[in-house]
Amino acid sequence: MNRIKSRTDLDVLKKDGQAQIKQKACRLLVCSGTGCVASGSEKVYNKLCELAKNHPEIDVVFSAEEAHEADGECCKGCKGTSGADDKKSVSIKKSGCHGFCEIGPLVRVEPQGLMYTKVTEDDCESIFEKTVLGDEIVHELLYHEGEKEYIGEDDIPFFQGQTRLVLKRCGHIDAEDIHEYIASGGYQSLAKALFDMKPDDIVNEIYESNLRGRGGGGFRAGTKWKQVASQQEKERYVVCNGDEGDPGAFMDCAVMEGIPHQMIEGMLIAAYAVQAHEGYIYVRAEYPLAVKRLKLAITQAESMGLLGDNILGTGFSFHLHINRGAGAFVCGEGSALTASIEGKRGMPRVKPPRTVSQGLFAKPTVLNNVETYANVPMIIENGAHWYRSIGPENSPGTKTFSLSGTIRNTGLIEVPMGTKLGDVIFGIGGGIKNDQEFKAVQLGGPSGGCLTKENLDLSLDFDSLKKTGAIIGSGGMVVMDQHTCMVEVARFFMNFTQRESCGKCVPCREGTTRMLEILQRIVEGKGEPEDLDKLLVLADMVSSTALCGLGKSAPLPVVSTIRAFRDEYMEHIVDKKCRAKVCDKLKTYVIDPQKCKGCSRCAKNCPVNAISGEIKSPFTIDNTKCVRCGVCMDHCSFDAIYID
Amino acid sequence: MLDESFYQKADEIIANHTKEERSLIPIIQDIQAEYRYLPPELLTYVAKEIGITDARAYSVASFYENFSFEPKGKYILKVCDGTACHVRKSTPIMERLRSDLGLEEGRQTTDDMLFTLETVSCLGACGLAPVMMVNDEVHSTMTPDKATELINKIRGEENE
Amino acid sequence: MGFMTIDGKQVEFTDEPNVLSVIRKADIDIPTLCYHSELSVYGACRLCTVENEKGKTFASCSEKPKDGMVVYTNTPRLMKYRKMILELLLAAHDRDCTTCIKSGECHLQELAHRMGVTTVPYKNRMTHHEIDASSPSIIRNPNKCILCGDCVRMCDNVQAVNAIDFTSRGTSATVAPAFNKLLNTTDCVGCGQCRVVCPTGAISINTNMDPVWEALADPDTKVIAQIAPAVRVAVGDAFDLPQGENVMGKIVNVLHRMGFDEVFDTAYGADLTVIEESEEFLQRLASGENLPLFTSCCPGWVSYCEHRHPELAKHLSTTRSPMQMFGAVAREYYKDPANNEGKKILSVAIMPCTAKKGEILRDESKTDGIADIDYVLTTSELITMIKRSGLMFEDVELESSDMPFGIGSGAGVIFGASGGVTEAVMRRLADKHSRSEMETIRNSGVRGGEGIKEIVITYQDKEYKAAVVSGLANAEKLIQQIESGECNYDFIEVMACRRGCIMGGGQPVDAHSAGGEARAKGLYAADVNTQIKKSNENPLVQSLYDGLLKGKEHKLLHRNFNKPSQ
Repeated sequence: MNRIKSRTDLDVLKKDGQAQIKQKACRLLVCSGTGCVASGSEKVYNKLCELAKNHPEIDVVFSAEEAHEADGECCKGCKGTSGADDKKSVSIKKSGCHGFCEIGPLVRVEPQGLMYTKVTEDDCESIFEKTVLGDEIVHELLYHEGEKEYIGEDDIPFFQGQTRLVLKRCGHIDAEDIHEYIASGGYQSLAKALFDMKPDDIVNEIYESNLRGRGGGGFRAGTKWKQVASQQEKERYVVCNGDEGDPGAFMDCAVMEGIPHQMIEGMLIAAYAVQAHEGYIYVRAEYPLAVKRLKLAITQAESMGLLGDNILGTGFSFHLHINRGAGAFVCGEGSALTASIEGKRGMPRVKPPRTVSQGLFAKPTVLNNVETYANVPMIIENGAHWYRSIGPENSPGTKTFSLSGTIRNTGLIEVPMGTKLGDVIFGIGGGIKNDQEFKAVQLGGPSGGCLTKENLDLSLDFDSLKKTGAIIGSGGMVVMDQHTCMVEVARFFMNFTQRESCGKCVPCREGTTRMLEILQRIVEGKGEPEDLDKLLVLADMVSSTALCGLGKSAPLPVVSTIRAFRDEYMEHIVDKKCRAKVCDKLKTYVIDPQKCKGCSRCAKNCPVNAISGEIKSPFTIDNTKCVRCGVCMDHCSFDAIYID
Repeated sequence: MLDESFYQKADEIIANHTKEERSLIPIIQDIQAEYRYLPPELLTYVAKEIGITDARAYSVASFYENFSFEPKGKYILKVCDGTACHVRKSTPIMERLRSDLGLEEGRQTTDDMLFTLETVSCLGACGLAPVMMVNDEVHSTMTPDKATELINKIRGEENE
Repeated sequence: MGFMTIDGKQVEFTDEPNVLSVIRKADIDIPTLCYHSELSVYGACRLCTVENEKGKTFASCSEKPKDGMVVYTNTPRLMKYRKMILELLLAAHDRDCTTCIKSGECHLQELAHRMGVTTVPYKNRMTHHEIDASSPSIIRNPNKCILCGDCVRMCDNVQAVNAIDFTSRGTSATVAPAFNKLLNTTDCVGCGQCRVVCPTGAISINTNMDPVWEALADPDTKVIAQIAPAVRVAVGDAFDLPQGENVMGKIVNVLHRMGFDEVFDTAYGADLTVIEESEEFLQRLASGENLPLFTSCCPGWVSYCEHRHPELAKHLSTTRSPMQMFGAVAREYYKDPANNEGKKILSVAIMPCTAKKGEILRDESKTDGIADIDYVLTTSELITMIKRSGLMFEDVELESSDMPFGIGSGAGVIFGASGGVTEAVMRRLADKHSRSEMETIRNSGVRGGEGIKEIVITYQDKEYKAAVVSGLANAEKLIQQIESGECNYDFIEVMACRRGCIMGGGQPVDAHSAGGEARAKGLYAADVNTQIKKSNENPLVQSLYDGLLKGKEHKLLHRNFNKPSQ
């Protein structure tokens, strides 16, 4: 791979790359995000490659990694155009996440812009025969909603409601090929920063853009950069927080997997702005694919002279390292994360000193999350003014969210800040799955809160959400219907934070333990009327005294569910009922006398002899004896037992 | 006592990193990747090699959930219990796997050292919840029955 | 510099490192369980949380004082939080307080009482851990641990030992050696500084009081005691006597009344050490071998050196510690039927130190296979024994210690403070013993609380470089500098505990916050009041060399570190 020694080199490479992509009669982009891989996209990719190899009449280019294994070259793209003119030129590539994981594995066909959904190995043959060789559409693989057929991605309602700026390239370029990133205009912002701007200009541009940290805190990125740039100490670090630990959030995962170079470019710009020469990306251990893609991206960028020493011939150097997490949610907290990179226990420390003055290795450190860095190149490219024109004044730009739970369209989305919650859930998300009733949406994971029907008009931005007691968090959006028990959800989150508490400060270690104990008691039907007060008092203490942000926000899911669903809590406590029929110990098993044939099978299998009756007449369950194990229901051959 | 080969492997792994405190986690991650667990003797050895106390090394290793001082099974099953998976009923999958593998509460690895069962808080595939991971491979939209099927398939392949 | 308003009162601050110290300066004893001014700020207990005028809460230990700051320390809300935190801690704690060794001195207990905790509204969630009594010095009881981390930071930051650390996380977290090994299989040096900072009964002294009580009651056993210099300036702390006051006379009295047959002074042993060590130093200077000479009277340091720097073992002085010299000489003395009166001899050493409990068990602490010392009791144990015996320590008369080992020179007494050994050697090596000569030595920089002191020793008009170190992390720092060639010395005194034995791991802990200043003062005052300034001028010592010791000097007064014990 040739080193890019100047801005001109970069421009040439961009044009060449664009020309090559244009030249391809057909480009197949197989989605290789974690979601589609889980649905079998690797198999689809391999099958398509295999088919292509069997067609000597076409000239095929595979994904970077494939080529790498084949002939030791990183990518065939850099060898220049090849093959005779009469051969049809096809490329089969692995792209990043498109976002619509629900209907994966996805295969995008260019230049036609077709979007094939739920593609299996068996479908590959027809894709190849019809679309690649024959320019036909395989209609049954297109996305359908009711009767309507959608040919391209942009037509699908899920995508129509979005504004994809950060994720623009995600799914549209080969995630493993730096050339495609460059061809799409990648690293142009870096060149602009290095050649046209002074470090201070960049800091000011980011400051002026009012870009706010996408990791949850919403702290103004430019302020951090300014503070780091103004430190006396010259040894500085740029660190990327890719420890996306909130269960139900996978936006950063998609960025790292799908557009790793965009994030790296953002880090490079940050490094130049604050004059740092070392950087670290801290990635969750549970994201092996992200680690793989980032490693590949770094290797490629290094060998092309975009990372390492003397970047683009400017003399500026920046070395980037990857650290894998080792299974500790708390490492998403800044000081715990830097401690972990230093080889220590990932425990938050007291502040001050702040990360900007004494962060990694006690040196000034810019610490932002994946999405924040991924925003940087476009701000440099288009300017702060442009950026501020998107979304509300105080929360400009777009925000990615991961939609999951009992919503029709699950996946990764991007909308302008300030979009209404209801538009996301009922527009892009397509409403609730199986036409159930919307009950709540949980935002911000274990540090966030639940929003309800009343909040559907709420504008999704940092400040509006904060007012409701929820937080935007990193962007996990888990939708729940009436089959979700809100007390159980609160218990679930408390169980999570309690288990993940580092154990350093007393309020978090012991406070969350006791809150969990109470919630556990409530879902088991042993709740006491004063439990809600006890929970709120503990919550107030933990929020007011815990050491780190994670501890302080740990009670939020409980507080917000008590606020919105107090009735449901009281039903659990007083009536010993779970209206969602989720809490095992609160289920009341009833035998429908109409359906019961009196076979006695349930009674024989009941471990506590709670069922009695006479053969051939309806049996009954004594609820004072019943332990709610559900065995009777499993054994009934007549569907006569139901939960009331 | 560990076989000498373990120490040789550790030396090889250490040689890929710098000998300082910050290399501790990457080194022991590599060792664990090699042996599917972290032999305690090697942790002590690494500590000495990179110049930290064994108390510090143990303190760090025991903090992170991923490190195991006990050998793990050939197949590590991680059932996701993230919010999305939880809402879409991951608990019954876990319960089914426990009963299929004959693992009572508190035990994670089967006697034949074939399977280790764990939960994980989010695998980043929430769109396809509930999911589980077998070693590095993610399986989507799981059900208890699909889990049983998966186990039987692996067992079948192993018996061949 | 500036002013802040604390509970409505204007308070000036200057260079206080945090809001907490300003609050305490304003005479408010804001509670803490994890704050020690000498250790790094940890911020785990959250008891020092305060609020500002807007109701924003923050921990005062980690906040910098700012001009114009408004702080409330005792609002009902804060008091509620503090009480809850204590309740939560107690609910995860082994609450057998009434029988706990720390009862009455436990910081957790005291705060719970102060904050009005009368019931614990949660089920106790403590998981039982084994008690580790494997170390002769300290006992670890993890069931009493509140995870404040003071011991961890002490062991690591101040002592560079790091034998214990946090393990696991969350509610499973504990403080333990690697792999929960027993303490006696680790690099623990037994210094006991962890016990000094432990607010609860999680780390306590491994006591030996019971066998001593038994021996005292046995008419066929003659119980002899030696009292280390640092003990006499610390016992008074427990009886409301002025801090640092020398209460040697009272100690002798109460020990006699408890049944000790003879009470001697370890300063006498220190004189022997000075004579032997000075001799050895001169010999090494002459031969040029094994320099620098490291002192070896501190068992914590010796243990550290053996574990972490075996390459330096040959630099350790071969002279026994004062306690051991004394023990060996006393054993020899009591071999004579005229002296033992046909009774069994039980030799007890009363020390400021927990590591001494380990020292007496070492092979080279034995003569002809018999341990020179039977038991070491720490100052804290002595205090307990005095209290148990019911003696009104404050009121007892002074008595003088017994002969023939009852007198130590001033040089022997100052051993208890960091720099004391070096000063004693300097005196020994000085040609003259005039007042001005002593004055010059005293002002050479050898005294004072700094962790690393550099001085020049003059002998026969030649100058030699010496260093005085206290705290093992400081020792480690110096060793690194020596090994890197940054500096070099001929003589190095090392004491494992910061400021020397006066701040030893067996001392009562109240005065630790004051830095031991008063105790050092007490020792130096004792020196001022002694006519004999130089060890070699102690007449009792001289007669010993002419009599009992003749031909046995090496056997009784030296040991060989090159042959490791066991």
